[in-house]
Amino acid sequence: MSGLFNGTVASITLRATMGRRRALIFALPSVILILVTLALKAAGSASPNWPSVILGTFGFTVVLPLTALIIGTSVLGAEIDDGSIIHLLATPVRRSSVIVTKFVVAAGLTMLLVAVPMLVAGLIATGGATKLAIGLFVGALAGSVIYNALFVMISAVTTRAIAVGLLYVLFWEGLLGNLVSGARELSIGHYSLGIANSIAHDATLHAGLSLTTAVVMGAIVTVATLTVAARRLAHFSLRGDAL
Amino acid sequence: MSTIELTGVSHWYGNVVAVNDVTMTIGPGVTGLLGPNGAGKSTILHMISGFLEPSRGTLTVGGAPSWHNPGIYRTLGLVPERDSVYAVLTGLEFVRATAKLHKLADADGAVGRAIAMVDMAAAADRRISTYSKGMRQRIKVAAALVHDPQVLLLDEPFNGMDPRQRLHMMDLLDKLGAEGRTILFSSHILEEVERLSGTIQVVVAGRLAASGDFRAIRRLMTSRPHVFMVRSSDDRLLGATLIGRPAVTGVELTAKGLQVRASDYGAFCREVAVLSREHGIRLLELLPADESLESVFSYLLAS
Repeated sequence: MSGLFNGTVASITLRATMGRRRALIFALPSVILILVTLALKAAGSASPNWPSVILGTFGFTVVLPLTALIIGTSVLGAEIDDGSIIHLLATPVRRSSVIVTKFVVAAGLTMLLVAVPMLVAGLIATGGATKLAIGLFVGALAGSVIYNALFVMISAVTTRAIAVGLLYVLFWEGLLGNLVSGARELSIGHYSLGIANSIAHDATLHAGLSLTTAVVMGAIVTVATLTVAARRLAHFSLRGDAL
Repeated sequence: MSTIELTGVSHWYGNVVAVNDVTMTIGPGVTGLLGPNGAGKSTILHMISGFLEPSRGTLTVGGAPSWHNPGIYRTLGLVPERDSVYAVLTGLEFVRATAKLHKLADADGAVGRAIAMVDMAAAADRRISTYSKGMRQRIKVAAALVHDPQVLLLDEPFNGMDPRQRLHMMDLLDKLGAEGRTILFSSHILEEVERLSGTIQVVVAGRLAASGDFRAIRRLMTSRPHVFMVRSSDDRLLGATLIGRPAVTGVELTAKGLQVRASDYGAFCREVAVLSREHGIRLLELLPADESLESVFSYLLAS
């Protein structure tokens, strides 16, 4: 993996991603999460389960995937859209290295912009470094990795990455993953919950997967999507003349 | 080492044939790939640069296929048409990043040389987003040259350049070609390349239609006849008057008006106004009938 990481690609990606205006909205979902947490804490919510609902359900099926979607499609999709990727690809750099590096940057940014705020929200909500707060933090770290692998692949496969990714988040993660128990095995939100619950041991998280299933499935999804992405990038084609 | 070789290369998008059975060999020196828009120039350049797979035929650069072969970029530099560069970087950072991606031993030296070659040292520390179109083009050339490639491909490099920038770029290409590199650029405007020396390959409707020397093409361009469609209050009288002028080589009465062939574009346009006023004829419509790029190119092909 370390041989696949290219520092130059990483630094260009980081600067190009954070330099876009879109970068401003990266932090928006997490800001909302923290504000909601603060508001509920101040209001003294009636339900004792609210930290699990807000951070687990809202956090893992809305905040985390949405942020990962924006970041994961920015690191590669935006460059494919505007054509600047050509300057990267017209060099002997390995295509798998481009993919892995962009994925690492995206996962790192998502950890910083979601997992860390989620830890802060968890500390606020549960009143300290509780098992739930730590569990949610670790789950969010894992989710940052798996979601971004998927979104980097979607960016390499389609030019409508944001639309496809949004449909996936809304329908697959948001609806099916929560309503149909069989879809849990194919839901990144549930991998994250499963990992979070292995630390938190909290029934209110409604985690449906064991730690082993979550880790194994998450690893398979990550490796498989990145492999597909690298393969697609190796066959990257420019459109020719307008016909 | 630096020869581009296409043998029976075709490319089609679905049912549309963009490039049809093109065979050509491009060696050291400057070569222009000319043709009207949509003729297949970009498709050919994309295939040579390894960003499009030929549907049929073989294509090699320095003996190696360029499709699915990133190693080719050690000897090949590409200046893409689209003006998208990493605009948040400065020119220097962009060229340096490219040098690092090539893993050059003396990256700083190579970066300095490439930037000096395109005359961008003064603006190298500015962000690319502040550059003019011509400066972006030059910094793209610097990035494409940083690893000292034997083959340089440029897709419409003169697009959006002012005449001074264009001359500068032509001089640079001539210099690179004289050093023994293979320089291939595309253009859809013949006048753009008037100062270049070298050979051209003309592509029309996906086929390689002609190849030859720039100078010969240029002579044909200046002496080619122009055709105008004229409608006036008295076509017959106007025709009779016009045929007496040296700039006019032929007149024909048609149902749609008067078809006039002129050997001198400027002289005809001046004279038609003067003559019609002298004879009290009212001009209703004056259209250059064959000024489309397609007709210019097809004229060149016929000669």
